[in-house]
Amino acid sequence: MSFVFYVLAALSVAGALAAVLLKNTVHCALAVTIAFAGIALLFLQLDAQFAGFAQILIYIGAVAILVVFAILLTRGSETPKGTVYSHFPLVGLLTAAAIFAVLGWAVLSSAPMLPNESAPPTVAVIDIGNALMGRYVLPLEIVALLLTAALIGAVIVAMHEKAGAQ
Amino acid sequence: MIEKADQIFVLLAHWVASFLPVWLQPIVLVLLGVVAIIVTFPALFAITVLMERKGLGRMQNRYGPNRVGPFGLFQPVADGIKSLTKEDIVPLSADAVVHFLAPVLLVVVVFMGYAVLPIGRNMTLVHMDAGLLFFFAIGASSELSVFMAGWSSRNKYSLLGAMRAVAQMISYEVPLLMSSVAVVMMTGSLSLGKIVDAQNQYTYGLPHWYIFTPWGFAGFILFAIAATAETNRSPFDLPEGESELVAGYFTEYSGFKFALFFLGEYVGMMGISGLGTTLFLGGYSAPLQVLGFVPSWLWFIAKVMLSMCVFIWVRGTLPRLRQDQLMNFAWKFVLPLTMLNLLVAGLWRFMGEGWLRWPVCSAILLGAYVLMARTGMSRERFGPRSYRYAE
Repeated sequence: MSFVFYVLAALSVAGALAAVLLKNTVHCALAVTIAFAGIALLFLQLDAQFAGFAQILIYIGAVAILVVFAILLTRGSETPKGTVYSHFPLVGLLTAAAIFAVLGWAVLSSAPMLPNESAPPTVAVIDIGNALMGRYVLPLEIVALLLTAALIGAVIVAMHEKAGAQ
Repeated sequence: MIEKADQIFVLLAHWVASFLPVWLQPIVLVLLGVVAIIVTFPALFAITVLMERKGLGRMQNRYGPNRVGPFGLFQPVADGIKSLTKEDIVPLSADAVVHFLAPVLLVVVVFMGYAVLPIGRNMTLVHMDAGLLFFFAIGASSELSVFMAGWSSRNKYSLLGAMRAVAQMISYEVPLLMSSVAVVMMTGSLSLGKIVDAQNQYTYGLPHWYIFTPWGFAGFILFAIAATAETNRSPFDLPEGESELVAGYFTEYSGFKFALFFLGEYVGMMGISGLGTTLFLGGYSAPLQVLGFVPSWLWFIAKVMLSMCVFIWVRGTLPRLRQDQLMNFAWKFVLPLTMLNLLVAGLWRFMGEGWLRWPVCSAILLGAYVLMARTGMSRERFGPRSYRYAE
């Protein structure tokens, strides 16, 4: 655990906290981007170039922009006058604690299963490509099919609205 | 001697670093590289702006800047001093922090893209296995800066401009990425250095640049279209359409922040030209084997500046598109052609070394282009052109 790790971890956590605690929704969206960037940098610090860049490309380049678009198009960008916090904090707290417990348990129990490697593995992008096209080709195809279906669905939703307006 | 001229900057950096203790040397070498990039490309930006103003003036039958210095050559200096001394106005209702961060983020992100570009032989700042992916990831972040600028200004023109810009950048990012994937397929690597090495070979003194293959040529044209749209350049400069939106997402920026946006836009254009050069035009390699004595970095800069000239030329020639035309062009013309180009690149790869692949691949691409253009145009209804003259 190096100094860089702590800086990046602090950045990610601060971004995530700001995303939850800030009042203005657009500020929240921008803060969540900081958290995404922190996680991407953590991947890069672990020498996982592909994962890091994919994280930036997808989460900052697409997901954050999509969130921001959704906020603007639904007129949610005005800062609310009253409180933005939930009236039932206990329920949220319990849900968050449960999810955290499950994730923590999964991470902790998976550690002994991993092969104990003394040297860090060197994975080039070409290996990831070969794995995706060879061993994991079926999951890849299923994801592709799912995304195509989602795309067609989005187009149909948009078309239907247009036909109704005319 | 030739070798020395080619490697002059590398040798210079190592010479400077040799005065320092050993543990400091790698850091200093990286810092020198960063400084070189941050100095060189804004200098080229100044030259480009002057060239653009002069060139556009020439195309529009006017003089262009000709007051400052001989032939107006010092105009960029005057512009720089002007923007530095201007008052920095932040609107009262603007979101001050986001308003300040937007131009900073843009400039940082745009300069980061240069980290992976091979500017000359042994002149890549960071050798990355996934360099191409890095460039696109960083480029995607610049959309966020555009949005931040437009939203934080609290101005309807800014917001509309930002929405247009982001929608356009997302739409054209798909063909931009897909047209480069063909190059990755042929090279078998995402590393920009390896992509240049693959093109830096000669047969009968002629280079192996990807643009001289059917799929490479089509890919380059598609890449250039997508890059023009990605950098919000004319004819895709709707986000800055001054007849509708004042100045788009940077309407509320003045003084040096405006200059930063201006700088970011041009340096971004040079960056994406550099990427196009690396992917299709052989990077820093010479166009003919006999010209190999010219330093490699000079070739790279020359190719980038040539692309900038084409950008200026296109800006002086084409009218601005409409929003629906822009989107239709992206999704119904450019994207299908890039997908077809991927297939053709695969075909080219598996048809082997013979001459047969040349006519087959060219015919597929040309046929698809003609067919799509014809069917696309047949839906448009153009009446006879009518002229109205002043009485």
